[in-house]
This record gives sequence, C-alpha cells and structure tokens, in this order.
Amino acid sequence: MTENVKEESRPEVDFTAAGAWIGFRQSLPVALSVFAYGLVFGVLAKQANLSFLEALLMSVLVFAGASQFTALGLWVVPLPSLTIILTTFIINLRHILMGASLYPYIRHLKTLPRNVILYFMSDESWALTMGQFQSGKRNGAFLLGSGFVIGLGWWGSTVVGYLLGNLIEHPEQWGLDFAFLAVFIALLVAQWKGKKNILPWLVAGIVAVVAKFLLPDKWYILLGGLAGSLVGAWLNDD
Amino acid sequence: MTINLEVLLTILGMAAVTYLTRWLGPFLMSRVTLSKKLETWLSYLPGTILVSLVLPDLISSGVAGVIAGFASLVAARLSGNLFLALVVGVVTVWAGRSLLG
Repeated sequence: MTENVKEESRPEVDFTAAGAWIGFRQSLPVALSVFAYGLVFGVLAKQANLSFLEALLMSVLVFAGASQFTALGLWVVPLPSLTIILTTFIINLRHILMGASLYPYIRHLKTLPRNVILYFMSDESWALTMGQFQSGKRNGAFLLGSGFVIGLGWWGSTVVGYLLGNLIEHPEQWGLDFAFLAVFIALLVAQWKGKKNILPWLVAGIVAVVAKFLLPDKWYILLGGLAGSLVGAWLNDD
Repeated sequence: MTINLEVLLTILGMAAVTYLTRWLGPFLMSRVTLSKKLETWLSYLPGTILVSLVLPDLISSGVAGVIAGFASLVAARLSGNLFLALVVGVVTVWAGRSLLG
C-alpha cells in the first residue's frame, strides 16, 4: 500500500492500515515516555485503594492522564462521584479545541471510524497527528495507530505500576517527566509559519501562564489556546 | 479482583464525559459552515494550544528545564526529528538537575 496524498485545496483523508502503522511507528518513542509516566499512575492508584481491575478499567475507559491523576487525589470514602466526574469534564475540556482543529482533516471520514479514532485523541496523539496532517500526509488512521500505541503504553504501565507498587515513585529523577515537554516543543517548532505566529503565540503564552497561576485544573490550556487563536484569526485572513 | 458498584459507576461517568469532550469539537464544527474566517481560526489552534501546554510547565520546571527546553527547540529546528528532540531534552534536563542539584 502506498501513501495516497491528494494535493487539493480541500483536505481529503484516507483511512488505511498502512496509515495506522505509520502512526504506530512514529509514536513509539512518545509511547515509551507515556509508559514511564503511567507507572506513577499505577502506583498511586494502588495507594488510593483502587482494586487492580478498577485501576485498569479507568485507564482503558477514560484514557486521559491528567484527569485520572486528579481523580485519585479526590478518591476518598465515601466517594465524591459527582465531583470527580465534573472535575474530569473540566480538565478534559481542552479536547474540544483539539477536536475542532482536527475537524477539517477528518470531516470526510465515515461516522464510525471518525467516532472511534476520536476516543484515541490524547494530547500526544493529537499533536503528532496534526503535524502529520499538516505535512500533507492525510491518513485518518494515523490517529488510530498513534493513539493505540500510546494507549498500550498507558494501559501497560497502569498494570506494571500497580503490580510493582512503590518501586518507581520519582520518574523525574531520570528526566522522564520532561519527555512530554520536549515532544510538544518539537511539534510546536513544526507549527511555526513565520511572523504571523508571533502575536497569537505571545498572547497564548501570557494567558496560559496567568491562568495557570490563577485557576485550578487545566483551564489554562483551554484559555491560552482560545485567546491566542482568536487573536490570530482576528489579525489575519489567510 | 473486585469492582465496587459505586466505583464502577464513577469510572463510567468519567469515561462518558471524557469521550464527550473528544467528540464535541468535530460535532460542533460539523454544525456550522466552514467559512474562511473559521478555517483561519482553526489553523491557529494547534500552535496556540501547544504554547499553552508547554510554557507554564516549562517555566515551573526551573533553570534545568528552561535550558533543556531550549536544547530541544534547537534540536527540533536543526534535525526536524521528534525522537532526537526528545532524547536531547531528557538528557539535558537529567544532566542539568544532576549538576544544579
């Protein structure tokens, strides 16, 4: 199978096994750092008195790291279920913006594959997929392969972390916590399109830093992304 | 190997609202006509979201983090290779934290 790249003004998207495999392969390094990060989740889930099955079920069904860590922080008896669910929703609101930015590239996919690959949209797989789409390779299955290998890292590390218990408590000792930032920085470099980015990025950065200081949870990502992109749209008509 | 019903319902609730956030963006966009202005707005989202993801964490990761962030940026810019940028960042932050304490 070959990569079928259509150069048209309207983005078209294929959906092939080859595309999924490319996403799988290219996301492998990121999946390894997700694994390191997920070990901590497994350890903390055990300490929060979740059963093994409950911890694994959460990682498989929710599949969103930041909100899962926060849920563990709220995990007391009796369980404040509504608070946990509402907090999860707020932390994951940033997905709405990410999904919206994916839309022009996945709009021509059939409903079922589109709704399936959206489950695999994490910060990491979204960023990798956007980079891929913008470079002209428009295979929707990339997100599936990318999300799946990252999922394997996340689910696997939940299991290993839970079983290992307290062996790996400080992955930051090894600089592994920095892997995500490094990846996001590299993907950000690829987003640079010239001077027109300066002001939107500046606004995004300032709003995000101030919002992180003032607001709880992950509001800062949503607010920074929104403010910066609106400034970009307001200033430019390209 | 047990699952408590209350825990199960909480996890299912978390899963449902999380999937909702993943599904809502494309759904909302499919409800409006993609105007030129809207496409311009969407084209700015990936960069500004990434800036918002990176900058606050970078600032709070201290001197070693900022230096490593710069090293990753240079590596990505010169090589265009994601994995190389990752390795450069992790090694630099590890070395920086070891040296700076």
